[in-house]
Amino acid sequence: MRRKKSSRPAWEEEPGAAAKISKAAVLTLVVISVLGPLYSIVLTSLSSQSTITSAGGMVIVPGEITLDAYRQIISGGVVTRAVLVSVGVTAVGTLLSMVVSVLCAYGLSRPGSFAHTPILFTLLLTMFFSAGMIPAFLLVSGLGLINTYWALILPSAISVFNIIILRGFFMGIDRGILDSARIDGASEWRILGQIVLPMSKAVTAVIALFYGVGYWNAFFNAVLYINDSAMNPLQVVLRSYVLQGVMIPGQIAVGQGAAPSLALQMAVIVVAVVPILMVYPLVQKHFTKGVMIGAVKG
Amino acid sequence: MTTSESTLTASAVPAPDGYRQGRPDRARQESISIIRKRAGLRTRLRRDRSLVLMTLPAIALLLVFAYIPMLGNIVAFQDYSPFVGIPDSPFVGLDNFTRVLGDQGFWHAVTNTLVITAFQLVFFFPIPIVLALLLNSLLSPALRSTIQAIVYLPHFFSWVLVVSVFQQVFGGAGLLSQSLRAQGWQAVDVMTNPDTFLFLITSQAIWKDAGWGIIVFLAALSAIDQEQYEAAAVDGANRWRRMWHVTLPALRGVVILLLILRLGDSLSVGFEQLILQRDAVGAQASEVLDTFVYYTGIRNGDWGYAAAAGLIKGVVSLALILGANKLAHLFGESGVYSKS
Repeated sequence: MRRKKSSRPAWEEEPGAAAKISKAAVLTLVVISVLGPLYSIVLTSLSSQSTITSAGGMVIVPGEITLDAYRQIISGGVVTRAVLVSVGVTAVGTLLSMVVSVLCAYGLSRPGSFAHTPILFTLLLTMFFSAGMIPAFLLVSGLGLINTYWALILPSAISVFNIIILRGFFMGIDRGILDSARIDGASEWRILGQIVLPMSKAVTAVIALFYGVGYWNAFFNAVLYINDSAMNPLQVVLRSYVLQGVMIPGQIAVGQGAAPSLALQMAVIVVAVVPILMVYPLVQKHFTKGVMIGAVKG
Repeated sequence: MTTSESTLTASAVPAPDGYRQGRPDRARQESISIIRKRAGLRTRLRRDRSLVLMTLPAIALLLVFAYIPMLGNIVAFQDYSPFVGIPDSPFVGLDNFTRVLGDQGFWHAVTNTLVITAFQLVFFFPIPIVLALLLNSLLSPALRSTIQAIVYLPHFFSWVLVVSVFQQVFGGAGLLSQSLRAQGWQAVDVMTNPDTFLFLITSQAIWKDAGWGIIVFLAALSAIDQEQYEAAAVDGANRWRRMWHVTLPALRGVVILLLILRLGDSLSVGFEQLILQRDAVGAQASEVLDTFVYYTGIRNGDWGYAAAAGLIKGVVSLALILGANKLAHLFGESGVYSKS
């Protein structure tokens, strides 16, 4: 990030051996503290009962590998349904959030346009004062959204912060291009769809990731607004099986071929992580200064 | 880079249609105000109709899910009952507020909240800075971006997941206890120990977000002019003096900005994180303002009372943000917002 070339500039002195070693040690420790637990969780989810028993719990050294836990999870039941709920809420929610946010950000991307300041003020005010949990809950229940999937989407559908990031990026686009399109008679909708959006793939990908991860990870809104356990998203199921130790239905009854309960729990964790790991590499390269700093500097 | 370039071209050529661009200087502002007067309100409405239309869905969502709840805070002044509804619930003036302010439990939650904020400010806040300096000193871009990708990752995990991961490592049946038992020692369960809870939640927050926190600092570091380092080196400054006189001053603005944001947010401390672990360690150690509101209001049905506690939190937070921003202006920093 700092310099493209990987050589040391001539004026910079070579660090001593002790400095090099301690630097490497700290960074290795940091990396291990992130990847180590994840490694053990994935490995345990793939291990047979005998391997888990001989390891005394979490597995670090690979032993007998089996997919039993995953087979049991996808064979239907609570986890499968929770995954479907989470995927659905995430897909619909992210789409809605992106459409609303991109439109709003573009609509606000030209200072001096009609009602620009009052609209921006309406947005920003919500960042300074939040109404609080009780009135929000009373509103959602007053609207009759309790026990509907909309309760998991609408209250958190827009993040003003994300809109401001998008707006900052749209404002940075060269005005000349947009003006010439306007002179050629293109409508604002067309300019947004055919010029601005294709130029903003990186920032929209990052914002979509922010929204998507937000929906996928949301936990407490389901605790508040969903009472019907059949409608629970994955994070709530993860909590009850892993943190509260609730038995996964059918995990004893299956008998001989049943996956061990620890492996099952770890498999649920893995299921919750995998979608993030799948999307992350596609977007990670865009987390550069450009996207974030525009937001921080306002 | 691109932004400053476009501002430059924009200020050279006045916008023909009367739009303001970027942050105009004073001379340009005057010429723009002339243009703006020429473009009357009605003309501008006709011209910008579609722009305004585009913001409407977002405004509608905010009105319903952010502004109506603000009005809903009226229940803080009522003896609210969900069966009667807001219009018919009796008003009780400031009764709820006097009850809240006289409640030991409320003050206990306030104390816990502030202790957690202060603790994390001391032990969490410096870590991303150190990590960013370390990463920035790496010469290999490939290694640097690999490590970045790894340390950013936990930011995208849910709190349920983070707490689950910690339980597998530090819980009674976790990796730590396992290896202690294998050595013939007593197993420990950090997850249920109220005495070490402060350390536990801080290390969880560090694990989840310290990596993500370095982005801002890396960007600030990359903005430093390399010639400053070279000039300092030529003047005989060693690497520590270069860090002290070049690097750290360059990070000052970002540090102050982040401190302000944190200060304004100091009454909110990891609500999901705490509510997930409240059962394990008990309310004594884990009750904060947000959990207090949840348990008194939604769990126990004391709606007006909980809303009053929440409203106190909201108003104090607002004051904190405005105050912190004022403070930043006094330090000569731009803060979160400025008057322009």
